[in-house]
Amino acid sequence: MSTVPSVPAIHGKTTIDVPVHRAFDVFAHSFDAWWPREFHIGHPDIAEAVIEPRVGGRWYERGVDGTECDWGRVLVWEPPHRLVVTWQINGQWQFDPDPARASEVEVLFSADGPDRTMVEVTHQYIDRLGSSQVVYDAIKEGTGSWNGLLARFAEASRRQPE
Amino acid sequence: MGLLGDPTRRAIFELLARNPSSVGELAERLPVSRPAVSQHLRVLKDGGLVVSRAEGTRRVYQLNPVGVDALRGYLDRIWCEALAAFHKAAEAAGSDHIQEQ
Repeated sequence: MSTVPSVPAIHGKTTIDVPVHRAFDVFAHSFDAWWPREFHIGHPDIAEAVIEPRVGGRWYERGVDGTECDWGRVLVWEPPHRLVVTWQINGQWQFDPDPARASEVEVLFSADGPDRTMVEVTHQYIDRLGSSQVVYDAIKEGTGSWNGLLARFAEASRRQPE
Repeated sequence: MGLLGDPTRRAIFELLARNPSSVGELAERLPVSRPAVSQHLRVLKDGGLVVSRAEGTRRVYQLNPVGVDALRGYLDRIWCEALAAFHKAAEAAGSDHIQEQ
């Protein structure tokens, strides 16, 4: 696509007192252990969230009813330093298989000494999601599962004391 | 992070995600005054997350239909919370690991 990216990337960073291989292991292999339960795409509550450990692997959730809902694919799998996955969700909060409409999440792990790791997350190409008219429509109509997701988010936020 | 980092603004954003609303309707559902709601709405509008339209005599606010800005704000929030959770899990796993040795 030749359009100028109009949506700035999201950047997050955290430094952890563990070796770099350990940080990568927890992030990628134990994704299910830490991913906040309230953030999911499928309708049922989430039973498990998984990143398959290989290029081309799936990034998906399994609901408590056993149904699976894809979030994206693994583009780069370079333990223990780099991981890139796509996040390709359309306006109905369903997996969109078209790679042209996929946003990307890059995670970099840099050793900051033997027992310290800096982890940087960049979620970019968010405007590619917006190139899909359905994202606009779901929000404009106010009836899509966008609202359902936000409502769940709101409930989860209320449960957590500020 | 700024726009939705404020708890009242996040609450307004979430209420508007469910129903387009006027300032008065928002103020009824929140523990803040109408002027405070107006102030937060102005920040959300300036940030591109919210738009307003005239409906008869009242002004109704809703999430920006050009949804990518709203989506970005939402994803920003997700990553902030997810990284905090990851930080906690990784350090807990790290200390287990040291005890194992």
